[in-house]
Amino acid sequence: MAGSGTAHLRSDDQRALTVENLVVEFPVSGGTVHAVSDLSIDLLPRETLGILGESGCGKSSAGRALMQLPSPTSGNVRLGDVELTGLKPKAMREARAKMQMIMQDPVSALNPRRKVKDLVAEGLEIWGFSGEDRAKFIDDLLRSVGLDPDVVRDRRPHELSGGQCQRVCIARSLAMDPDVLICDEPVSSLDVSVQAQVLNLLEETRERYDLSMIFIAHDVAVVKNISDRVMVMYLGKTCEVIPSDGMENKALHPYTKLLLTSVPSASDAAAAPSGPVKAVELPSPLNPPSGCRFRTRCPLATEQCAAEEPQLREMRPGQFVACHNVEA
Amino acid sequence: MSANNVSEKAPILVAEDLRTVFHTPRGDVRAVDGVSLTLRPGETLGLVGESGSGKSVLGRTLMGLISNDSRTTISGKVTLAGNDVHAMKRAARRKLWGTEVAMVFQDPMTSLNPVKRVGTHLTEALRYHLKCSRKEATDRAVELLKQVGIPEPARRMTQYPHEMSGGMRQRVVIAMALACDPRLLIADEPTTALDVTVQKQILDLLGSLTAERDMATILVSHDLGAIAGRTDRVQVMYAGRTVEQGLTREVFDSARHPYTDALLASIPQIENAPHTILRAIDGSPPDMARPPAGCRFAPRCKFADATCTSQLPQLEKVAGSEGRAVACYHPLQISGTHRMEVS
Repeated sequence: MAGSGTAHLRSDDQRALTVENLVVEFPVSGGTVHAVSDLSIDLLPRETLGILGESGCGKSSAGRALMQLPSPTSGNVRLGDVELTGLKPKAMREARAKMQMIMQDPVSALNPRRKVKDLVAEGLEIWGFSGEDRAKFIDDLLRSVGLDPDVVRDRRPHELSGGQCQRVCIARSLAMDPDVLICDEPVSSLDVSVQAQVLNLLEETRERYDLSMIFIAHDVAVVKNISDRVMVMYLGKTCEVIPSDGMENKALHPYTKLLLTSVPSASDAAAAPSGPVKAVELPSPLNPPSGCRFRTRCPLATEQCAAEEPQLREMRPGQFVACHNVEA
Repeated sequence: MSANNVSEKAPILVAEDLRTVFHTPRGDVRAVDGVSLTLRPGETLGLVGESGSGKSVLGRTLMGLISNDSRTTISGKVTLAGNDVHAMKRAARRKLWGTEVAMVFQDPMTSLNPVKRVGTHLTEALRYHLKCSRKEATDRAVELLKQVGIPEPARRMTQYPHEMSGGMRQRVVIAMALACDPRLLIADEPTTALDVTVQKQILDLLGSLTAERDMATILVSHDLGAIAGRTDRVQVMYAGRTVEQGLTREVFDSARHPYTDALLASIPQIENAPHTILRAIDGSPPDMARPPAGCRFAPRCKFADATCTSQLPQLEKVAGSEGRAVACYHPLQISGTHRMEVS
């Protein structure tokens, strides 16, 4: 399953972001961690791509590699028409301003010693502000993320709740008028009631500012609610690319199905198997399984899966699956 | 798991008007503010609420892990297997832990001692409580690891916690909790730190162990999906108080309290069409050092009026359904969604 390939890339001319054959590896004592292996993404303007996977599947490493934090081991990242990999550091920093990131933990993402107004203005300080009234621009940004500028302007992060901090992070990322927003688990550290507020805000923001968004998360329902397409990752590889509409019924890849059945629901107790529940160990990304990386947990695995890595192939219009054994 | 045959058994745990107040430099924080509950053997109770709602503190107060001291005042009464937990001496209370009540904590990374082997974690409690020999304790520990679904239990006994994955460690924590056959298990967010696929395994495991041992279980969680599928009854907590309680199915099918209803509506559902705008709850939970007067939820509630902001609503029984109660002056009538649409 977990395979590679570029069959899912579309031929449209206009793309907000193109990623080809992205590889991220970290040398550690005793080997190399294969965090992301041969990942390809294309993102159309105003589209949201959800990246779904468990911890350790490389989804955050992929998000950071897009931002060149750090630069990927190999592969291309094109933002609009600009190739980011291979640019000189200064030029890369300038080009990268059009791509902004929202981190998982909003409180630690903000400098605790700076005031909200300075946090939001930091990008403008670095790149210069061309408009008339900077203070008004910041107030408008704060208002657009649902914060009252008079209340929060002079506060520091510890005086705000987690949800408010995440709003500040969103305002800060919007200050540079980005084309692409990369959200790395933006709601997983928030409470359910606040999570809904932030998800709604991201949705509104994307529409208002014509953004393209990459939304990285582990929660199937959250990802489905916000995305146009969903990419499912397992151990650094792509399992499935699927339009989010109706994905809960259309998913074909055994791993996507496993994720979908793991969503807790009211019928769980009745469906639960009796007797001891066997533990399954995830393979290590230090030494990933040969062929399909999901084969050690896969109900459909055959000998072919160990020998040969599956490539993404189109099963239905817009739906691509990397598996030897599924049928449309 | 059915509630019918359960109702005849004597309750294992009764809490009456329990209050936990922490004295802090910011003022008194009323983390648990008048909660009552009853639990019988074989029953699973869900405590659900957002962070800061007091559900974890309630779990710890029930067990006696939090007790009266210079910075904490507990009032009300907890009766655990016939013992008044907060009137007992510390040493006597310790005897209850492990044999009568045990706890599974949220974070399996920090609830195991990193410099002790997995086997030692298990045999320590067995030797202390059951006074058995080293050999017997080891045999029983291996058996426990097997019951919680850990492959190669004998080899795992000699490993250290860092050599195991999060899911495996949580299984070890569950095995520790079950070591002395407790009659009550309090699981405080047992799956929050785990991956989705592992979460399901752990909840399945807790479910099957509860059924096998006729154990009473309290499942504390903020995950309504997990609570919905795994519990018989549920108490919805907000700002230290129970706002609604009843059979899980009834509470989730037709929420009466506006908070329960709003909480259910704010969770993204897998069935939603993409780009659905969620019905979020405005504002944020109150500061428990300065809770609002009247109903704690009133500042965020769409239906709040003058009564709500001045008087504290008490839990009142709802006619027609067993154990159902709601603390609201304007409970939703037929079903939450219906009322929301008309208003």
